Amino acid sequence: MLSTTGAPESEPLDVSGKAGPPVSIRGLLHAFGDLLALDGIDLEVPGAGVLGIVGPSGCGKSTLLEVASGLLEPSAGRVSVGEAADAPSRTPAGERLARCALMPQRDLLLPWLAAIDNAALGPSLAGASREAARERARADFNRLGLGGFELAKPQELSGGMRQRVAFLRTLISGKQVLLLDEPFASLDAITRAETQAWLAGVLAQDSHTVLLVTHDVEEALYLSDRVAVLTARPARVAATLDVPEPRSPDRAAAVTAADFVELRERALRLLAGGAR
Amino acid sequence: MSARARDVAAPALLFVALIGLWEVAAQTGVLADVLLTEQGAGGGGDAEFLVPAPSDIADALWNDRDLLAEDAWVTLREVVLGFALALVSGLALAVLIHLSKTTRRAVYPLLVASQTIPIVVLAPILVVWFGFGIFPKLLIIALICFFPITVNAYDGLRSVDPDLLKMMRTLGAGRGQTLRRAELPWALPFIFSGAKIAVAVAVIGAVFAEWAGADSGLGHLILVSSGELSTSLTFAAIVVLSAIAICLFALLALVERRVVTWKEGPSS
Ligand SMILES: Nc1ncnc2c1ncn2[C@@H]1O[C@H](COP(=O)(O)OP(=O)(O)OP(=O)(O)O)[C@@H](O)[C@H]1O
Ligand SMILES: [Mg+2]
Repeated sequence: MLSTTGAPESEPLDVSGKAGPPVSIRGLLHAFGDLLALDGIDLEVPGAGVLGIVGPSGCGKSTLLEVASGLLEPSAGRVSVGEAADAPSRTPAGERLARCALMPQRDLLLPWLAAIDNAALGPSLAGASREAARERARADFNRLGLGGFELAKPQELSGGMRQRVAFLRTLISGKQVLLLDEPFASLDAITRAETQAWLAGVLAQDSHTVLLVTHDVEEALYLSDRVAVLTARPARVAATLDVPEPRSPDRAAAVTAADFVELRERALRLLAGGAR
Repeated sequence: MSARARDVAAPALLFVALIGLWEVAAQTGVLADVLLTEQGAGGGGDAEFLVPAPSDIADALWNDRDLLAEDAWVTLREVVLGFALALVSGLALAVLIHLSKTTRRAVYPLLVASQTIPIVVLAPILVVWFGFGIFPKLLIIALICFFPITVNAYDGLRSVDPDLLKMMRTLGAGRGQTLRRAELPWALPFIFSGAKIAVAVAVIGAVFAEWAGADSGLGHLILVSSGELSTSLTFAAIVVLSAIAICLFALLALVERRVVTWKEGPSS
């Protein structure tokens, strides 16, 4: 392999320590025709923060992420991404698209590209040569247990592997805000735990601001600083739970700590529609 | 391998059986009797000029091989060039009507209308305009090929999974990048379908074109030989013509298998 120094990086990735862009959502309302999906959502994510979002199926979580990403303009309300935290102004859709990386719920890998080229699609679209783009993906490919499958076509990968490739594609796109829609839904329990631990590590050293949609309350609590619990459609924020810091670096220990378990029970009650 | 052998064996057997039946019917004069009776001309007589037996056609294929090869080359060239012309312009037009709503509104009705012009009528006119050279023939073949290519390519381009387009947008792809990296690859199976249909009808277009005015080519040979009642040669020319169509079709199918290695679009 040739040296790939001088690979054009679409955007210089911030190194650790720096604050990422904050995300602020106020009074967000979105309707598809007569169907009201989001009914006044307020969410604040500080720069480099991780917000977990859990809610019943069909409540509007994917819609929320699409609006945040700039793919959709909301019917009403204000979305700001990467604006001054004290007086966040509305961010136009084009700007949001430029600042956010969305990992869609379906992996949407391109069947005509090798797995590694799918993962490296972002840099490649930004003008990097194929080798340079691949080089960006290679290290994480191994760390995510995809080593050896670089040149496999998506059809030759398992559902969980495809999801990891799609996740890498999002991570490598060089955006500061990650919008993850059920990123680990089709992983088995063990791979899932490993991937969560890996992601926790990535998020700890990086300055990404993350909105993480998941149906797994434990995953949300383990990976996030705060977790927003949404109501059934039309979605409202039922409650926002602060996750106590610091968490044990060992995942198994972290998720069995007494306060963690208590918080999980509370979130599950909220999801079931009960009181706090 | 045996499954594959069975795939080939069934049609081959049927083919051989039909040819055998034809051979017997022609040799015994049954076929000629039937045809002549149909025409009310009474039966009997040597009717090789009417219905040549497969063995007569094989003889003609062998004896007139130089003539057939020469004319086949002329027709093949017309078909390949005309098809290429249709492929390039058809794809360009499909992209154009895909990208621009205005162009689509303006061009699509014309595109459909162009298919209602009877080629048989158009061919002599084009010959009057452009002479006996290869150019009017390319136009006629391209006109026939153009429609399935354009319509299929356009259908492919607009059938792209909308979620895929959203994904490309979030990764910062511009219009041209989305077209090149997502829509065109997605449309490839459709484009191949259109091209395979086109290449099969291109041969028919070539025959029409040569009938309208040519001094060589298989279409020309068919016209001349049937006029001279050399029916065996006519049939031999038709056999070569079919062989050309089948070979071109198979070639496209082969390229398709190489290029389109995926079955479906991006799955869940
Ligand atoms: N493009 C659309 N047009 C019309 N209705 C839509 C559209 N997208 C989503 N909806 C509707 O909006 C509601 C919320 O959908 P959304 O996909 O956001 O739910 P979700 O919370 O992500 O569900 P899940 O957990 O199953 O992924 C659903 O009732 C859905 O039918
Ligand atoms: Mg969803």
